[in-house]
Amino acid sequence: MLVSSGLVSSGLVSFVLGQVGRASSDVPLLTAAVVLPAVGAIATALVSRRRPESARMVATLFSVATGVVTVAVLVAFETGEADFQLVEKYTWIRDLDVAWHLGVDGISLFLVVMTGVLFPIAMFGGAPHHDAKSFYAWLLLLEAGCIGVFLALDLFLFFVMFEIVLVPMYFLISGWGYANRRYAAMKFFLYTMLGSAFMLVGLVATAVLHARGSGGDLTFNVLTIANDQGSIAPMTARWLFLSFAIAFAVKVPLFPVHTWLPDAHTEAPTAGSVILAGVMLKLGTYGFLRYGLFLFPEASAWFAPAMVTLGVIGIIYGAVVATMQRDLKRLVAYSSIAHLGFIALGTFAITTQGLQGSVIQMVNHGLSTGGLFLLVGMIYERRHTREIAQLKGLQASAPIMAGVFTLVMLSSIGLPGLNGFVGEFLILLGSFLTRRWWAVVAATGVILAALYLLWAYQRVFHGEPDEDNAGFAEMSFREGMVMAPLVALIVFLGVYPKPVLDRIEPSVAALVAHVEDGSDFVEPSVAEAGTDAREETFAEAEAAEEGSGGEGGEDGEGGEGG
Amino acid sequence: MVELTWVIPALPLLGFLLLLAFGRRLGDPLAGWLATATVGGSFAATVVVFLGLRGADGGDAHRYTQTLFTWLPAGGFSVDVGFLVDPLSITMCLFVTGTAALIHLYSIGYMHGDEGFSRFFVYMNLFVFSMLVLVLGDNLLLTFLGWEGVGACSYFLIAFWHTKEANASAGKKAFVTNRIGDWGYLVAILLTFFALGSITYTDIFAGAGGLATTTATAIAVLLVIGAIGKSAQLPLYVWLPDAMAGPTPVSALIHAATMVTAGVYLLTRMNPVIAQASPWVSTTIAVVGAATALFAATVAVAQHDIKRVLAYSTVSQLGYMFLAVGSGAYVAAIFHMVTHAFFKALLFLGSGSVIHGMGGEQDMRRMGGLRALMPVTAATFIVGWLAIAGVPPFSGFWSKDEVLLFAWEKHPLLWAVGLVTALLTAFYMGRLVFLTFFGEPRWRRAGTHPGGEAEQSAAEVADDGGGATSTATAVTAVAAEQEVHPHESPWTMTVPLVVLAGLSLLGGVINLSFLSRLQVLEHWLEPVVEAGEHHLDSSSGVKLGLAVVATVASLVGIGLASVLYLRRSAADRPAEPDILLEGWHYDQAVSAFAGGPGRRFFDATTWFDRHIVDGAVNGVAALIRGLGGVARGLQSGYVRSYALGVAAGAVVLVAVFVLRGVAL
Repeated sequence: MLVSSGLVSSGLVSFVLGQVGRASSDVPLLTAAVVLPAVGAIATALVSRRRPESARMVATLFSVATGVVTVAVLVAFETGEADFQLVEKYTWIRDLDVAWHLGVDGISLFLVVMTGVLFPIAMFGGAPHHDAKSFYAWLLLLEAGCIGVFLALDLFLFFVMFEIVLVPMYFLISGWGYANRRYAAMKFFLYTMLGSAFMLVGLVATAVLHARGSGGDLTFNVLTIANDQGSIAPMTARWLFLSFAIAFAVKVPLFPVHTWLPDAHTEAPTAGSVILAGVMLKLGTYGFLRYGLFLFPEASAWFAPAMVTLGVIGIIYGAVVATMQRDLKRLVAYSSIAHLGFIALGTFAITTQGLQGSVIQMVNHGLSTGGLFLLVGMIYERRHTREIAQLKGLQASAPIMAGVFTLVMLSSIGLPGLNGFVGEFLILLGSFLTRRWWAVVAATGVILAALYLLWAYQRVFHGEPDEDNAGFAEMSFREGMVMAPLVALIVFLGVYPKPVLDRIEPSVAALVAHVEDGSDFVEPSVAEAGTDAREETFAEAEAAEEGSGGEGGEDGEGGEGG
Repeated sequence: MVELTWVIPALPLLGFLLLLAFGRRLGDPLAGWLATATVGGSFAATVVVFLGLRGADGGDAHRYTQTLFTWLPAGGFSVDVGFLVDPLSITMCLFVTGTAALIHLYSIGYMHGDEGFSRFFVYMNLFVFSMLVLVLGDNLLLTFLGWEGVGACSYFLIAFWHTKEANASAGKKAFVTNRIGDWGYLVAILLTFFALGSITYTDIFAGAGGLATTTATAIAVLLVIGAIGKSAQLPLYVWLPDAMAGPTPVSALIHAATMVTAGVYLLTRMNPVIAQASPWVSTTIAVVGAATALFAATVAVAQHDIKRVLAYSTVSQLGYMFLAVGSGAYVAAIFHMVTHAFFKALLFLGSGSVIHGMGGEQDMRRMGGLRALMPVTAATFIVGWLAIAGVPPFSGFWSKDEVLLFAWEKHPLLWAVGLVTALLTAFYMGRLVFLTFFGEPRWRRAGTHPGGEAEQSAAEVADDGGGATSTATAVTAVAAEQEVHPHESPWTMTVPLVVLAGLSLLGGVINLSFLSRLQVLEHWLEPVVEAGEHHLDSSSGVKLGLAVVATVASLVGIGLASVLYLRRSAADRPAEPDILLEGWHYDQAVSAFAGGPGRRFFDATTWFDRHIVDGAVNGVAALIRGLGGVARGLQSGYVRSYALGVAAGAVVLVAVFVLRGVAL
């Protein structure tokens, strides 16, 4: 069994790699990215329960193969294209026009790649202590669902994928979690199910109302509905937006529907926390982009002030509450609320910079918070506690782990030169153009992030280690290998994010244009903003009747050129 | 030759990467030599670029931009990793790489035998790289990268001996306090982009003249907030005295010569915007600077820890630079920054040499008479003292005189504050020198009376600092039983002292104010600061008079110190009121606020999250469970109860139909 599965998956790897070299358009890459982990889940489930190592190997091979497929998608992706690429469409339910409809654009591209990269890392980094087979099978099914959400271009397919991910995560938390796992798993499941219930109603209503309004047949095609804005009355669309927004707000999560998150993150096993923070929260923020701004542009612009307010509240509130946490893992969980607040702010600022920042911040948060959860997991493995008060002076005996922790922490704080800053800065820049005061308040998040993370770091890593912590073991080679790709990406994206930003930009700009078409929202042009400031100067200069005013104006236009 | 600009930051970066990979294997002292070599090479590259820039002719010849790659392209916004070489940045580079190379060399001796030897140089090289990016960056955001990078390195190095809680706390305090200022800088970037559509310096210089006054004022105020954090001005100075927890070369390089001057550099760089802002902005800068200068000088008068005296002295001298910037004396600010880098680095390294020779002792009450045992350290230290006191012809005299002259033209009151500060500076530095190098040796007493007294004095030290700072002082005190044998430091430490002493003596020649032809720095920097520079209109008689008054003040300060400290016992504490020793209780007040109302607010928010927000969720869950419990009673499984239900339902239905029928 082991040998055959191994052969199958290694065969798949070489098959995929071979195909990328050739014309990639004939290979259904996106379908492969969704189906491969699902097949892997079944294959893993078929392995004998008495051979956990085989299950682990099969699962690893499939997750690595999926990672390779996502990288292949990245390679095949045409930079500079705004539209969906590598589109695949196979009819599923003909009468309802439901289709297996997948496509990737600059917004979903890096989320898919990040998912493909993060799953193998989570598997290596968070090996289970019992029942490995089921653990890995659930994880692979989860991966299939997540990639499916990011790639789906059909409302029905999207909903199915969005719901599929709940099941494996529920079992991962309740089966392999910590002491309070059942409560956390149930809370997570019920909370998100409740949100989804609203979305299901809204989703069906959207399709039906669109069919009625446009006079055409019923369809669940996202592109058709989104590009046919006249068919649903604006007031109705706002209600529909709200039904989707509730589901996404729970998933992100936004204040005040966030309280499932600290429990679920803290009680989940390490791999579960990494995926929960790294990938699953992005289902919500991605949902806001694709099924908020894209599907309901007018409603999104209308609700934008409320949404950015919730985002900014999340930034400050999450950071304040994180500061006072006694449990290291809970602290990281609350920091997620602050980071996701930034993403919500950038999304609903509806500017190219803000949206680019949001998309890249989704990736960044996956890397840095995923990394922090892995490190907290490593600490737990050694000390069997996550209580900050129980830990002390770990840097003395584990300097390399302390160094890696420092780097990931600084990325999370948003230190320039590391990835976190790129997203945060672009979000602040973009939101400053449309929502100036929100951005000014959100920028205080940089102070608070330093406060809670450095304080935690000091209590855990600095100081003279006491008896319990003196024998703390240094990072092992395997752990180093788990962290190495994350560290490399954190530095690379901080120093040279251009390749990523270049691929995101066209899609994001098209999305802003789409919102402008569908609503009376207008993205402020930076050059114009500058011109306004200069015109003000002219007025002042004229009022003062000074000859130097004209000269200053000319200088100003020179500045605009650059 | 200016094409070599990229080499200047690249060498320390290379050193950092090499040490990160192989530092442990290289070990002590090879890792130190590698680090010193990269910074020395960087200095050489700077000299080459400087000569190239000097030699260039033509209108815009003294400005050269080198773009490496695009960093952040986003819609209409794009920022490059590019370097701007102009008189200002290359002047900064020269003294940054120069002093850094000397301090690296010194550190080889100072850090010898420390178990974190190679780690120390990893951070130091990363710091130099970040500082050079800060200075050379051709846009606000790249400068911000360097700005945050030096902040992070400062954090690493303050908490370098991380097993001591006090050091760790000081590091965190520095980072978080700096971040408050960084908020201002960050928002200033956003506003600049909003107003001008670009954050590249050349575009800002070109567009600043066209900014609306309100916009320019807002940008300037935000930048000042950033600068106040980095350059340790009131009210954010509190992190700098605690930052002395780091190794002494760190204090010399980061917390005296280079990083803390970044705020002054930023304001000088952005002087066209400040010139466009309302006049009250520059007045505020001048007032903040003067107030900080005086405040910190008064506190320095009463400190016992040799490094804390120098720390407060640094805060005070940075206040001088702010005063200069606020008075429109940008050249004088940079001039004082350069001379200060020389003499303050010298003083810190000298104090490090003393601490090294005394086996870790930092309390001046247990020093004294060291000039005989440490002749090189003592001689160079005295040069640094005379320079900072502003005695002619030492370098500090020339730069301080310039600052005071401009302050006089801004407002005589500002000048008066500056003058009092100068007097106090001469006084407390005199006190330091007399307590350390002159008088009776006092370190022997700890040896002759082991036990009681030494313990008592350690406790005293702990009490003195008060609050958060007391632990920092206590942990640096030497163990009571240890015998102290003061000795001169090795050559790696004394050579940098001698070189810096030479520079402190002669550094004034770059800008001798009595002849226009000799004002080299002023002519050199003119194109960069022309928008904001104030033009003097005092007569030469006034200038001479002010210089004489300032010199007299210095001599009075030194005289006072000699009267009070040269002959008398240190235990008398002739002029050290407790309120000054504890820094006017400012730090304690801040800590009390953060630990009191601040912490209560955080606790209350956390309570709110747990009991109100999450409580509501659990409440709903409990409600549903309760209702479910009631409903569960119906599903009893007994056929008789179901039959009863069916019968009852039938009766009700029949009743409804009957009633309806009747109604019809």
